Amino acid sequence: MTQTEKKVFARTEVLTSQQTHYCPGCGHGIVHRLVAEALDHFGLREKTVCVAPVGCSVLAYKYLAIDMSEAAHGRAPAVATGVKRARPDLFVFTYQGDGDLAAIGTAEIVHAANRGENISVVFVNNAVYGMTGGQMAPTTMLGQKTTTSPAGRNLQSEGSPIKVAEMLSALDAPSYIARVTVDKPAAVRKAKQAILTAFQRQIDGKGFSLVEVLSPCPTYWRMPAAKAMSAIEDTMVKVFPLGVFKDKEAANGNQTA
Amino acid sequence: MSRIEINPELCKACEVCLAFCPKDCIQQSDTLNRYGVYPMQMKEAAECTGCTLCATMCPDTAITVYRTVVEKAQNQEAST
Ligand SMILES: Cc1ncc(C[n+]2csc(CCOP(=O)(O)OP(=O)(O)O)c2C)c(N)n1
Ligand code: SF4
Ligand code: SF4
Ligand code: SF4
Repeated sequence: MTQTEKKVFARTEVLTSQQTHYCPGCGHGIVHRLVAEALDHFGLREKTVCVAPVGCSVLAYKYLAIDMSEAAHGRAPAVATGVKRARPDLFVFTYQGDGDLAAIGTAEIVHAANRGENISVVFVNNAVYGMTGGQMAPTTMLGQKTTTSPAGRNLQSEGSPIKVAEMLSALDAPSYIARVTVDKPAAVRKAKQAILTAFQRQIDGKGFSLVEVLSPCPTYWRMPAAKAMSAIEDTMVKVFPLGVFKDKEAANGNQTA
Repeated sequence: MSRIEINPELCKACEVCLAFCPKDCIQQSDTLNRYGVYPMQMKEAAECTGCTLCATMCPDTAITVYRTVVEKAQNQEAST
């Protein structure tokens, strides 16, 4: 009998060694890792520009060892459009929260998607505004209590949550739109696959892709981190179903990775 | 036995790894890190299988997993 020890899980160098400012159990950390591993997979570390949002992940440039640009709140898809058109040789993606993308940045994301810009979007939906103190977001679920909907979101006065993946899938141009989550190991692996597929579309020049990630915000869901993970399946997935909502390559009969 | 290493300066003691380890291998250490957190560590007699579930879920990518693979020597069966 011989015993060998293999390192089967280690931190990619696309993540800096710095501790993040995210709260314990925050889903942003998992999504950062998946993005970093996907960039590593395609060897894109030195050829990438990420446009960061305004929100908790505004400091993502400290954690991803790649070139980054900031954008005014919600305007990341517009900035990414400019970067990609000026430098089509670079890989360009935005990383945005739901307050950033689905509230103040609604116009920018809709038109970037509708133009079929050859960029990728990683959209982190945690159903609240984290950075500013847990206010209601356009993605807050009916009945969900936030600091600005203390009695729970009300259909009559606040409307129902915006389903970004479904909404953008109604447009003609986008190549790939999927919704995933990071609440358990199998889901995390699926989320990584979706990010790889989305990034591949840009590499192949196929145009716009977006991956919506249902992600826990234990602080403003006001629950322990492990409970916030299980709350995703218990509540969020019922409102925001998982799946691939648009896949032009599959529609063209091509196989998706 | 397989094993994990938890970087004590990255761990925020969120306990997500604890909830996902099927072998109950993880516990909180009693040494504060420089952020004032008691980070997680592997238990001494843990029966870690190197399944990577804890590392897959860690929001801070603090866990490295080393899997021990036992290979039977090729001529073992013949010699017994
Ligand atoms: C023009 C402008 N309006 C408002 C704000 C305040 N603001 C900062 S972050 C944020 C929302 C962030 O929420 P989200 O995008 O969901 O990201 P999270 O923090 O939850 O990751 C708001 C409204 C701002 N920075 N700039
Ligand atoms: S407030 Fe929420 S989204 Fe922001 S870092 Fe904390 S857990 Fe994450
Ligand atoms: S999941 Fe990661 S950060 Fe959370 S307690 Fe475990 S090792 Fe620490
Ligand atoms: S690798 Fe698997 S068995 Fe080992 S500590 Fe992590 S979850 Fe537990």
